[in-house]
Amino acid sequence: MSESEQDPKADPADAEADAEANLPARLGEERLNEPVVRMGMFGVEDTPDTSGFGLLRVYQPPPLDSPRPYGSYFDEIADTLGLSDAIERVVVDRGELTFHVRRERLPEVAAKLRDDPALRFELCSGVSGVHYLDQVGRELHAVYHLLSITHNRRVRLEVSVPDADPHVPSLVGVYPTCNWHERETWDFFGIIFDGHPALTRIQMPDDWKGHPQRKDYPLGGIPVEYRGAKIPPPEERRHYQ
Amino acid sequence: MTSDMPHAATGASDAEAAEGRVYTVSGEDWDEIVAAANEAGDFESGERIVVNMGPQHPSTHGVLRLVLTLEGETVSEVRPAIGYLHTGIEKNMEYRTWTQGVTFCTRADYLMPIFNEAAYCFGVERLLGIEDRIPERAQIIRVLLMELNRISSHLGGIAPMGLELGATTIYTQGARLRERCLDVLELITGLRMNHAFIRPGGVAQDLPPGALEAIRVFDESGRRLLDEMHTLIDANPIFIGRNKGVAYLDLQACMALGVTGPILRATGLPWDLRKSQPYCGYETYDFDVPVRDTCDAYGRYQIRMDEIEESLKIIQQCGDRISARGSLDSDPVMIRDAKIGWPAQLSLGPDGLGPSPQHIAHIMGQSMEALIHHFKLITEGFRVPAGQAYAAIESPRGELAAHVVSDGGTRPYRVHLRDPSFVHLQSVAAMCEGGFMADLIPAIASLDPVMGGCDR
Repeated sequence: MSESEQDPKADPADAEADAEANLPARLGEERLNEPVVRMGMFGVEDTPDTSGFGLLRVYQPPPLDSPRPYGSYFDEIADTLGLSDAIERVVVDRGELTFHVRRERLPEVAAKLRDDPALRFELCSGVSGVHYLDQVGRELHAVYHLLSITHNRRVRLEVSVPDADPHVPSLVGVYPTCNWHERETWDFFGIIFDGHPALTRIQMPDDWKGHPQRKDYPLGGIPVEYRGAKIPPPEERRHYQ
Repeated sequence: MTSDMPHAATGASDAEAAEGRVYTVSGEDWDEIVAAANEAGDFESGERIVVNMGPQHPSTHGVLRLVLTLEGETVSEVRPAIGYLHTGIEKNMEYRTWTQGVTFCTRADYLMPIFNEAAYCFGVERLLGIEDRIPERAQIIRVLLMELNRISSHLGGIAPMGLELGATTIYTQGARLRERCLDVLELITGLRMNHAFIRPGGVAQDLPPGALEAIRVFDESGRRLLDEMHTLIDANPIFIGRNKGVAYLDLQACMALGVTGPILRATGLPWDLRKSQPYCGYETYDFDVPVRDTCDAYGRYQIRMDEIEESLKIIQQCGDRISARGSLDSDPVMIRDAKIGWPAQLSLGPDGLGPSPQHIAHIMGQSMEALIHHFKLITEGFRVPAGQAYAAIESPRGELAAHVVSDGGTRPYRVHLRDPSFVHLQSVAAMCEGGFMADLIPAIASLDPVMGGCDR
């Protein structure tokens, strides 16, 4: 990651504007426009709260969108890849490059990343699903990590789809290794990979109901009694958020 | 089948109508099965036979189930079925603090617990932005533990490789050396497996007294036992005959299927994340990446044996580095950040292992603020800034990675372990279809899959 982008003071031309933009109050104001993702601090709402923390409102952070230059080898990858209409936004965070790809263009982007001699991402580390319950309209994310052995580089592709229409084109045709990973992501998150040769459950039994890694799927568990005191199961315990 | 052998091979008549003849194989009844199949004319008609191997089969390396379609002795189709050891580790981690997560992920691939912990902790540390602030001593201990674990894991792969071919001496030799290795891990971490020793910010505690001596002793006895194993296996005609040229998987197939580790290095590509994308200071250690170009099961065995020797080299260097450093006070093993670092060193008291008496005296008798801080950090845990990170390391089996997502809270929002066993089992079909059924056993053994990691 480039230092200039991390540290606004490094760029003297924009230093004044940036200094104002970075004031805490201003940042807070911007976040007030975002939806509230949770109230309170302890996860449990039915117990009496005398601390005042119950009134705490936490707003959803706005989606990241990194400006150019991305730094490191990331600009080179973005330039070679092109296809700017297929990419919603680019995020450079903690030294990792993420392309948020429009779902219908995913196989095209992946094929280009694999085949272009200057990119050559030969190896796909598979798919990881994430269920962002609060991101209305793009709840389910499929995250692909690609590795280029030729150039010793990594890149991440991320596709987000709404819960109501959880369809993502399959990447098995581009990276055969995605076969089991896509089955696992379907199994755990309910993302339907269109074009997969046999999208069946892989970890859970075939007749299982629901998709266990989704945030609205309970962990399960029973209360434990210990010396007369009842300890609720993990998901119902008070916890700090 | 005749009804006078109800417990051995039984034909299910109602299933026969729909799916063909069904034989239940329960062990030591192969003659009866063959006789029954001959009688029914299943062999003469050249009909394909579907065999369900596992999930409880001594040669499938754990609870792996293989659905085989056989034409005579030839495997025409093999479909691995997994999920029998799914324990919801990833889901459970979402309900504990970041530090407690270590206790869960260490149980995923139970032959390489240290690597699971390391991958997860590297992910958390990247999210926290403290990768550069991990104390040097902690990094050395991490490397030391990872290489010890690499040896025990490789032996846990090579030893059953012999056992599954019927060579019990290979197993006992391997298990003997592995136990020595686990003894050292037990001395350092307190447990043979599931250590939960690597924590976000460092390691749980410093090396105990006598650890460096134990490492030196292990190094000597390890090399001797390793030589014995070389003598036993390397020129063994049966072992060579069963493994050479078997389970062929070339570079192109490895890349398409995402296969890494010894299997990829057996195709001649020296790809090792410790060299190509170093972490934990691996670039400062002197070691080689063993490579073979045979693409077969025997090459993978040779690479594992060579890697054990390379790991012994690294362990020696770790021992030298630690003995050259000063005392613990000036050389911490946990990050010096009061908001992240675990506050207490552990010590052994009359009632078991717990926070050190000095720490207890400090929080109980001297500082109310220290008590509050201790309580907050241990019950609430620390917050990790929102975002996602992908931390990949070179585990004994290949690229092991943790995709760690935070929503800014005190618990992981999502942790996904990219486990090499899961990926490599996909390649069984590519390696075994068209070959003999007998070659399936060394093929699976050469992948060294661990179902705990595969199913998580």
